[in-house]
Amino acid sequence: MKAETLEAILADIGRKRPVVLATDLDSGAQRLLHGGDGETEAERADVARALRVDICVTTDGDSGPQIFYQPFNPPLRLIVVGAVHIAQPLSAIATLAGYEVTIVDPRESFAAAERFPGVTLSLEWPDAALESIGLDQRCAVVTLTHDPKLDDPALQVALRSEAFFIGCLGSRKTHAARLRRLSKAGFADADLERVHGPVGLPIGSRSPAEIAVSVVAQVTQALRKP
Amino acid sequence: MAPMPDQSEMEVLVAGRDWKAAGYGVALATVVKTWGSSPRPAGSHLVVRDDGSFLGSVSGGCVEGAVVEEALGVMKAGVPKVLEFGITHEEAWAVGLACGGTVHIFVEPLQ
Repeated sequence: MKAETLEAILADIGRKRPVVLATDLDSGAQRLLHGGDGETEAERADVARALRVDICVTTDGDSGPQIFYQPFNPPLRLIVVGAVHIAQPLSAIATLAGYEVTIVDPRESFAAAERFPGVTLSLEWPDAALESIGLDQRCAVVTLTHDPKLDDPALQVALRSEAFFIGCLGSRKTHAARLRRLSKAGFADADLERVHGPVGLPIGSRSPAEIAVSVVAQVTQALRKP
Repeated sequence: MAPMPDQSEMEVLVAGRDWKAAGYGVALATVVKTWGSSPRPAGSHLVVRDDGSFLGSVSGGCVEGAVVEEALGVMKAGVPKVLEFGITHEEAWAVGLACGGTVHIFVEPLQ
């Protein structure tokens, strides 16, 4: 590897720009590819897959040199809207799973630092908070408040972003009403299909910690088995 | 609590850059393919310095010694190569790894 290639990878990691290192395993020749880059349609697909699923991809080498594609992705981030009880185990479990967690809640009594040690808190209104966080395809957004005036602005920003996961806590009835509101706000059916509600895999969770497990499991599934 | 994964891979790459900048010969080893159960996934790195120091892991301890030896040769030759290791049941038992894995490791000089 050329020193300047390594330097460029580290620079992309530093500025949170996803990049793929393509190595010809026969010659050792290397290229750096960003989303949309690639010499052929097959290569662009390999690059997109490596970035999206965050795994290395090796071509079989039957029709040309064997190429190894290694993604260097920005950190996974989870943005939790609502500093409610479930947010406490959710932020702990998500942190263990490798996510940088930010909890958004403009209600100061909820988003108290002593309730969430070591977690980034934002007291901005959810839409403003998500705009300033800058959602990308490595972000998951989960709303927990059940309150349309907090959840809905967050969802509207999330739906206009590339976030790989959007989920909402709340009953089926609440969720149906939420989807009707988003539809009225101009979102298409394809947008609404991105919203997981009620959020979490159906594993019979009862306690807040168990609900947090089911949410992180569903986020993991969306990340690894899209 | 900081996120755990990837941090160490980043540290390995930074060490490679810093060692090179400090004037050492450096080689980078990367797991490029695995079959069966193998302890480290594709993309795992080990960086080796010309005095034999290394950082990172490509197998969880099983083949690091051999990779470091090969890496020193790659630094001298200036040409990359692909190493192949099968982890036998006996060896796997001896170092406490899952059985029967095979790994391909790409070793390249940092130039």
